[in-house]
Amino acid sequence: MTTVNQLGAPTDQFGSAANHGAGPPGPGMAPAGNTPARLEATDVSAWFGSNKVLERISLTMEPGKVTALIGPSGCGKSTFLRILNRMHELIPTAALSGSVALDGVDVYGPQLRVTETRLRVGMVFQRPNPFPSMTIAQNVLAGLRLSGTRVQNADDLVQECLERAGLWRETRNRLNESGVSLSGGQQQRLCIARSLAVRPRVLLMDEPCSALDPISTGVIEETIRKLCHDVTIVIVTHNMQQAQRVSHNCALFLLDGEGMPGHIVEAGPTTQVFDDPRDPRTADYVHGRFG
Amino acid sequence: MSSVVDTAAQSAAPDPATRIDRPHGRPVVDSGAALELVGSLLASVAAVWLVFTVAGLSAPFGLGLCSLIGFVVLYGVVEWRLHGILHAKDRLATLYVWLGAGIAFVPLAAIIIYVLVKGLPVLASHFPHFLTGDMSKAGPAEPVTAAGMSAAIVGTLEQVGLATLFSVPIAVFTATYLNEIRGWFSLVVRTVVDSMTGTPSIIAGLFIYLLWVYPRHTNGPSGFAASLALTIMMLPIVTRSAEEVLRIVPGSLREAALALGSPQWRMILRVVLPTARAGLVTAVILGIARAVGETAPVLFTAGGASKMNWDPFHGQQSDLPIQIYQLIFSPSVNGVREGWGGALVLVLLVLTLFVLARVVGSGRRSGSRSRRFAFVGRRQVDP
Ligand SMILES: Nc1ncnc2c1ncn2[C@@H]1O[C@H](COP(=O)(O)OP(=O)(O)OP(=O)(O)O)[C@@H](O)[C@H]1O
Ligand SMILES: [Mg+2]
Repeated sequence: MTTVNQLGAPTDQFGSAANHGAGPPGPGMAPAGNTPARLEATDVSAWFGSNKVLERISLTMEPGKVTALIGPSGCGKSTFLRILNRMHELIPTAALSGSVALDGVDVYGPQLRVTETRLRVGMVFQRPNPFPSMTIAQNVLAGLRLSGTRVQNADDLVQECLERAGLWRETRNRLNESGVSLSGGQQQRLCIARSLAVRPRVLLMDEPCSALDPISTGVIEETIRKLCHDVTIVIVTHNMQQAQRVSHNCALFLLDGEGMPGHIVEAGPTTQVFDDPRDPRTADYVHGRFG
Repeated sequence: MSSVVDTAAQSAAPDPATRIDRPHGRPVVDSGAALELVGSLLASVAAVWLVFTVAGLSAPFGLGLCSLIGFVVLYGVVEWRLHGILHAKDRLATLYVWLGAGIAFVPLAAIIIYVLVKGLPVLASHFPHFLTGDMSKAGPAEPVTAAGMSAAIVGTLEQVGLATLFSVPIAVFTATYLNEIRGWFSLVVRTVVDSMTGTPSIIAGLFIYLLWVYPRHTNGPSGFAASLALTIMMLPIVTRSAEEVLRIVPGSLREAALALGSPQWRMILRVVLPTARAGLVTAVILGIARAVGETAPVLFTAGGASKMNWDPFHGQQSDLPIQIYQLIFSPSVNGVREGWGGALVLVLLVLTLFVLARVVGSGRRSGSRSRRFAFVGRRQVDP
């Protein structure tokens, strides 16, 4: 990645969640780097063993915008998402090529440690996964404890994050109950709150609403719309209406056939992808005429 | 069954607003099924008994076994003829499960009951003294009143306590290593741990004897040396069971922690181990249970003593297995009775430890909840 050398960005550029203590106290505290970041994938290919699952994906996720990834099952959306915050490399057989830049700094390069990358590029998983050994409040603060960040005004931070995730009213009186005592939809919002507490600059969401009822889905979509001013959001969804409702930009992944790697067929503003697609396959897919 | 449903429906019918939902009664074994079971059993026993009597055989065990086999066959045939093959299979499978549980349970219960029968009179008739006194005044000719298990109890508690202290951290670290880090070395470690599980306990005793006790001559035997031998016994058991427990911590929790920017060690410390806490307590209990009753390794290393020795680091120490071993082989009737009393004390001690560990394992959850709250609060007032 040449941009790294051109910019020569020091890691400090990110401000980062690791500076909570330095910022002004109170819920509104905004550390230097608490702004959405631009995430840029260039020619990303991925393999599991010898099986290639992604073919030269290039996609820019603009700061402060919601980018939706859509496409049929197995076309590599989750794999792509996991490449963006270096979760892909946790799978022993996984390999990749290409580069991912966070505000111009290669996340696979020497400037960023892997833990720093994951701190800045947060992730919400398809299935809610709160930590069962922790209370609701502790779950929210888990990211800070796990990344060794000191925190002042922990209670304010818990409240702020739960409010931003739309969960405060339901949990304000039960912060010391176990995180798994919540319903599935509440757990998912708890996971969002947990991701927000470390103040990521990008938030990756892998089908965050696939296990939720329409009301919880609505709450989370509302949350996404509010959040996108502070954090760049990339969301995988199988729900075309949801993609239209929440995303500014949209990328369609497709497979050319069984055992072939997934690739991007069309990417652009959501309105254009849905209403005026350039590729006939896009029109077929978004209107449900695809096998 | 049907009458329960009917009455519920009737009482609900007049006024839905005041209706009280009552759960249906659980399905009851109807008398027909019980009749078939008991009938087959009686028929089988009677037939086998008849055959044995006619043939002039007198073999109670053979009689029981043949009756059992006859019963299973007969019951299967009866169910098959009456209800069809599917039902017969279902009943037979149920029967097998019950029989298996029964066969496993009987020897266990028998051991405990036998120890109770033999030991309870000794413990009860010399109640406080048998637990509080030591053996320094007890000899073959002395009455049971002179005997006491306190030295042995203290020895067992100290030796097992020290062994737990030594083995549990190592075992948990090893289990974490085996579980979280792949590679050829973890294969080697796993193989070693597995073969350690099969090590005869006398080998552990000999090992510590040669390594620690023998070079120190008369200063060698001590509670500490015994605890080293017990550590060798506990290590593989706790490691293997802790590994099983850590393995079932969902991978999604590890991913969630890593995705929050956690280094691997913090993920293990703050997420994996706390999630597996109850299971880890069970693993430790298993190890303690194994260690508490070991005789061979402590025989060489603790040495045994009739007087109370509080200090596990200096001088020979007794413990319950050694004490029981010595008493059961003593030439006097009273000594053997005291041995049974000691056996009962050991069983009760193990039981107490189990209950205690269970309470600690599950109770910590609610206990630490308030501590967690304190954590949040304390952070708040931190400058
Ligand atoms: N851990 C893994 N090991 C091997 N192959 C994998 C692994 N995870 C995913 N794959 C393969 O990679 C391809 C892409 O999977 P991925 O999970 O990225 O699809 P997806 O687009 O997210 O699908 P879905 O919409 O069903 O979630 C699939 O063919 C899948 O079989
Ligand atoms: Mg997926």
